[in-house]
Amino acid sequence: MNIKKILPQLLTLLVVILIFGFFSYNAQVNMENRGITFGYGFLSQESSFDVQFSLIEFDGSHSYFRAYLVGLLNTILVSVIGIIFATIIGVVVGIARLSNNYLINRTAGVYVEFFRNIPLLLQIFFWYFAALRALPLPQDTEPMFGVFFLTIKGFFVPAFIWNNLDIFIYSIIAAIISIIFIRIYARKKQENEGIQTPVLSISIGLLIILPLLSFLFGGVDASVEVPVIKQLSQSGFTYEGGIKLPPELISLALALSLYTATFIAECVRAGVQGVSKGQKEAAASIGLTPNQVLKLVVMPQALRIIIPPTTNQYLNLTKNSSLAAAIAYPDLVLVFAGTALMQTGRAIEIVSITMLTYLSLSISISIFMNWYNKKIAIKEK
Amino acid sequence: MNKLNFLQPDKNNLNTYLYTGVILVGLSIFIVFLNSFFNKDIISFLPGSISFFLPLILGFIGLHLIRIDYSGLKFLDSINKNINTNNFNAFLSLLIVFVVIKSLPPLLSWFILDANIAGDSKDVCTGSGACWTYIKIWFNRFMYGMYPNAEQWRINLSFIALAFLGTIGFFATEKFKKYLTLYYVVVYPVIAFFFIFFFISGGPIFFDFSYGIIAAVISVIIGFFIPSKFKMYYFIIVPITLYILLKYVFFYEELIELGKLEALEWVETGAWGGLSLTFIVSFFCLIFCFPIGLFLSLGRRSDFPIIKYFSIGMIEFWRGVPLITVLFMSSVMFPMFLPEDMFIDKLVRVIIAISLFEAAYVAEVIRGGLQALPRGQYDAAKSLGMGYWKMHILVILPQALKLVIPGIANTFLALVKDTPLIFVVGLLEIVGMLNLAKTNPEWLGFAMEGYVFASVLFFIICYAMSKYSYNLEQKYKTER
Repeated sequence: MNIKKILPQLLTLLVVILIFGFFSYNAQVNMENRGITFGYGFLSQESSFDVQFSLIEFDGSHSYFRAYLVGLLNTILVSVIGIIFATIIGVVVGIARLSNNYLINRTAGVYVEFFRNIPLLLQIFFWYFAALRALPLPQDTEPMFGVFFLTIKGFFVPAFIWNNLDIFIYSIIAAIISIIFIRIYARKKQENEGIQTPVLSISIGLLIILPLLSFLFGGVDASVEVPVIKQLSQSGFTYEGGIKLPPELISLALALSLYTATFIAECVRAGVQGVSKGQKEAAASIGLTPNQVLKLVVMPQALRIIIPPTTNQYLNLTKNSSLAAAIAYPDLVLVFAGTALMQTGRAIEIVSITMLTYLSLSISISIFMNWYNKKIAIKEK
Repeated sequence: MNKLNFLQPDKNNLNTYLYTGVILVGLSIFIVFLNSFFNKDIISFLPGSISFFLPLILGFIGLHLIRIDYSGLKFLDSINKNINTNNFNAFLSLLIVFVVIKSLPPLLSWFILDANIAGDSKDVCTGSGACWTYIKIWFNRFMYGMYPNAEQWRINLSFIALAFLGTIGFFATEKFKKYLTLYYVVVYPVIAFFFIFFFISGGPIFFDFSYGIIAAVISVIIGFFIPSKFKMYYFIIVPITLYILLKYVFFYEELIELGKLEALEWVETGAWGGLSLTFIVSFFCLIFCFPIGLFLSLGRRSDFPIIKYFSIGMIEFWRGVPLITVLFMSSVMFPMFLPEDMFIDKLVRVIIAISLFEAAYVAEVIRGGLQALPRGQYDAAKSLGMGYWKMHILVILPQALKLVIPGIANTFLALVKDTPLIFVVGLLEIVGMLNLAKTNPEWLGFAMEGYVFASVLFFIICYAMSKYSYNLEQKYKTER
């Protein structure tokens, strides 16, 4: 070891330690002056604030930790909705970008260029403050298909009321597990004997038949509860029954999925274009049908290119969902780093918990991606 | 006359098929056009759903009839090849054409025909269209935020001067080309900082700026008499020395005298805003995040374990958290970490936060470029006896950076699009100003106009940036 190797490292270490020492010393002094002691005990205290929209029961008597859970669940909810729609739109637009039809190609191109060049925050504001505010009041709303009500106060959809819901869910889980086994079996059969099994139709059949059986024999029963208009005051109306999706959730999910879809579309396009023409021609020349070429040759190779950047986009979407704070959708940032922080004044603890939550999410996904990349990497013999 | 088979149009009866097809397609487009522009439904005598689908059916049959391969007509062939290859494509093409025709009149009437721009109060906006008067009245606020009207020339002048100084590179002669990198990386940012910090901010501090200008002018004049070998050191050392001399030795007394004089009015950063703040924030973050990201990416590939893990930690931390929590941290948590008498301006804190955040992304992009270089480049450089820095500056980085131009451009675009988030700390750039104007009791109900205006502005900026990066990429593309 010579001095040239040790010196820069020591210097870096020294600077980092100095900065951290400086910060933590100041933090201690500041907290002493304000009479706060560092600690996470406040999480079990009574929160005494209310949240507009939550998936689990919450009111002022619950603890700050439960407030954290409410925020986290709302973040997950909007992210999952956004991811589903962004994937659907993104795949459709990405394939449209590859179309040889000039009009379709250009329309998809205009969509991508337009939506990805406008800041996401602006899009959220646009949907929330401009577009959704133009919707009719509850009493003037025309129902869509008789049961959906799109109003300025939110989107009212019918709710299902279940009997024996658990049996129904078990049947779906059973269907999914058997589909996985069938896929493994089909793949083995194809590798050993070269015979293809119609996996798709079998899976769809299973997904329909098993839940249906649970209705017939498992005692599962569902009835629909349609939202009904209700007068609150002379001019105030609302709907009762059913599920209410607040306008904050709708505009956030809409903006997130439309924005992220543009990036996913580009990933899909790059992936399909990344499969060389020779592969398709070689597959066709050994007598595979166009469908088989797509399924057995093009898609496996394209997915290898598509999936890593798309996962990255999902992660971005989840992180971008924190913009919810701007339109008062009660997500993790607004509920916990906003309201709870204002009430307790524990900036360091709360901001660190919030950041750690996002950090652990993204690090776990990147670990998974590394594992996945290693698994799908082309193994050369 | 050959036998006509309408299910399979062929070349023999080209004209018959062509005329029938064109008439059918034309008719379908005409029906939709009349319906959408003049609100006349000429097929309303038909039952409901048929009259709705009739144009689609007519056009579909028409397109089917003109789908003739190798017809010999250039125009027809290009149509068939581009929008009419099969039934499904024909259907989608028709759908797109109809949707465009249908959506044109409402858009036109909202944007132009029924819109208002005259007058200077809300009362002129009575039509159903957009109220551009709102944008006109608030234009200054959207551009400059709460910056006092009388002082706005300072922002304009700074931006024009900076834009002019930024374009110098295009006019440089061969002799000065080698200094351009130094100019853009070191000199230009410093000048920009002086302009924005002293000139836009103003106050007694403005005199500092004038000393800077005097120092720069004098050093340029002396610079002519210095041998070119020392010029680089000279231009770094002398202006700073002169500036310090001017400020603390020669003019120190005068400064106190001058302080009583009427200087440029001081405008606190809280009053800055609008599009100009978007530019200021993104400009500085661009300048700062690039070198930080460069060092982080080099650090991540370093052989020194401490530096390596420090860089990895930095990169993964900033990449793992949303920007909004970083800004939260800079506004509520960061002051806790400073001594009580120490105060860092809100704008500076925001710029540091965004720069660190984007630097992590820049670092990952550059690392991609570094990894893409073959090992031979490193070995060749080392075998020539180059050290670490020389190797990177002369051999590795020029090639690696060239490779990652698109990635860096994307990161910069993301940065510009992220600037509106500074509303978290209470700084109002253009989107923030829009939200403020929206809640003004005199101008309620014009949210749509404001957001459309800002969207168009951002679209122009970002689209221009992405096109420019594409040009840059083409320019530096070398066969490898």
